[in-house]
Amino acid sequence: MRMNPPFPAPRRAIRAALLALACALALACGSCAGRGASVTMAGSTAFQPFAEKLADEYNASHPEGNVTVQGGGSAVGISAAINGAAQIGMADLVELPPDASVLTPFVVARDGIAVVVHPSNRIKDLPMARIREVYIGAIRNWKEFGGPDAPINVVSRESGSGTRSSFETILGRFDLSTSAIIQDSNGTVRETVANDANAIGYVSYGLVNEKIKAIRVDGQACTTELILAGKYVLVRPIYLLTLGEPTGAAKGFIDYVLGPSGQASIKADGLLPAK
Amino acid sequence: MRATSDKVVERALLAVACTAVFCLLVIAAFIFKEGFPFLLKVGPGNFLFSSDWRPDSGHYGIFPMIVSSLWVTFGGLAIGAPLGIAGAIFLSEFGPPSAMRVVKPAIELLAGIPSVVFGFIGVMVLAPFIRRVAGGPGLSVLAAAIVLGVMILPTIMSISIDSLRSVPQSYREGALALGATRWQAVRMVVLKAARPGLLAGMILGMGRAIGETMAVIMVAGNAVKMPASALDSARTLTANIALEMGYATGMHRQALFATGIVLFVVIMILNGAATAALRRRGAAKR
Repeated sequence: MRMNPPFPAPRRAIRAALLALACALALACGSCAGRGASVTMAGSTAFQPFAEKLADEYNASHPEGNVTVQGGGSAVGISAAINGAAQIGMADLVELPPDASVLTPFVVARDGIAVVVHPSNRIKDLPMARIREVYIGAIRNWKEFGGPDAPINVVSRESGSGTRSSFETILGRFDLSTSAIIQDSNGTVRETVANDANAIGYVSYGLVNEKIKAIRVDGQACTTELILAGKYVLVRPIYLLTLGEPTGAAKGFIDYVLGPSGQASIKADGLLPAK
Repeated sequence: MRATSDKVVERALLAVACTAVFCLLVIAAFIFKEGFPFLLKVGPGNFLFSSDWRPDSGHYGIFPMIVSSLWVTFGGLAIGAPLGIAGAIFLSEFGPPSAMRVVKPAIELLAGIPSVVFGFIGVMVLAPFIRRVAGGPGLSVLAAAIVLGVMILPTIMSISIDSLRSVPQSYREGALALGATRWQAVRMVVLKAARPGLLAGMILGMGRAIGETMAVIMVAGNAVKMPASALDSARTLTANIALEMGYATGMHRQALFATGIVLFVVIMILNGAATAALRRRGAAKR
């Protein structure tokens, strides 16, 4: 790169500027390392709101507690727990990937995946095999299910999402239709389906509200009772992951989540308790 | 004494100026370092011209995303540029000064609205409207182009206003004195003289449009296929990087950096072409 500065460029000035920049960076990093012993959690965006609430409750009842929660997705949760960026990783996958074998998993909750359509849609029940065909792109029109002659707008999540990988694993691994609309969170999938009479999507059970309608899968409704009874099959575990056995504050927090008040809080917010 | 302080200021300014170039170089070097090995491994032809993007099973083809990026960028430009330039012509040539006093701050405010807000309005209002009126999933190339068109409007408009106003008053007076109507004077003289500035505004608008990520992710639908029409859902290069960066590891991550290289090159080509066009016009005028 050749520049034509109006004045001769003194090398020393550049060197001095770089030195100043380096000092500023070093100072900035020094200040961020000075915090007390805290627990950082990262990972699953589906569990993030619940984790934030649990962390608030834990911090309020434990004066020394300093649990902070970040999102990022299940894959980020796993890699952060492995490389130490977070003491606790959060993942919501049916199958943990092979590289997570070094981590100690704790199932703290279970989450149903509801298959959702627009409230005006008259479809009430679909077999798993049909849902799979819709997501593959083999069935593209609602009239195949006795609905109106309208295209099915398939809504899915980005590749790497824990919800998506659980959904695809339970339905039997498949290549998603390339026409599928991709949204990058449970919330935006819900908004997309709520705004589109021809859409079908899937979201975490706790996020189903009156703007969308959860359909029955294989005749089983997505309800707490049927999920707990093992009848509703689209269910995934939510893991907290630590590198080795948890110690100190991380252990305290996991014990709290698995304890009666943590589990009660999880249940009150629409997730299912671990056991 | 004077000379010393002059020198200090001069050198400090030089250092600051260098940081911009330095940042660019570091970013470019980093993207290339992460993405280039991948390009060699997969083969640029496969990467650029295959339409099969399934990172989970080792298929990395971004051709639909390159095409989609160009679609939404030029779509946005097709909407934003005529509106922006026409608005600028009115404000600087025909409108009363009071119009300028109202509109100019309004445009500047529009430029300050965060892209996520544009995206949100696009999702809640525009996409359902397109679905109802024109069909398709609503989240589409068209929705993205309209949102981008509105987003780049302030850039194009304010630069156009500045370049129209910098045309000397004597040009207009000369044209009017020769018997031209006001519109003829504008069309034949003022617009010709202001053309480099108008083009520059469009280039900057185009740069913003192709780099926009958040709003596009929200309204384009992000399907990984070639959009067959403006009503189809599409995924741009920037959306591809932003959607999958959080999860990607290994080859997949490198593929996203390679997507960044492609974006880098596309932007350089577009900017280069526009600058060359600008220079040619400048030369022709002389």
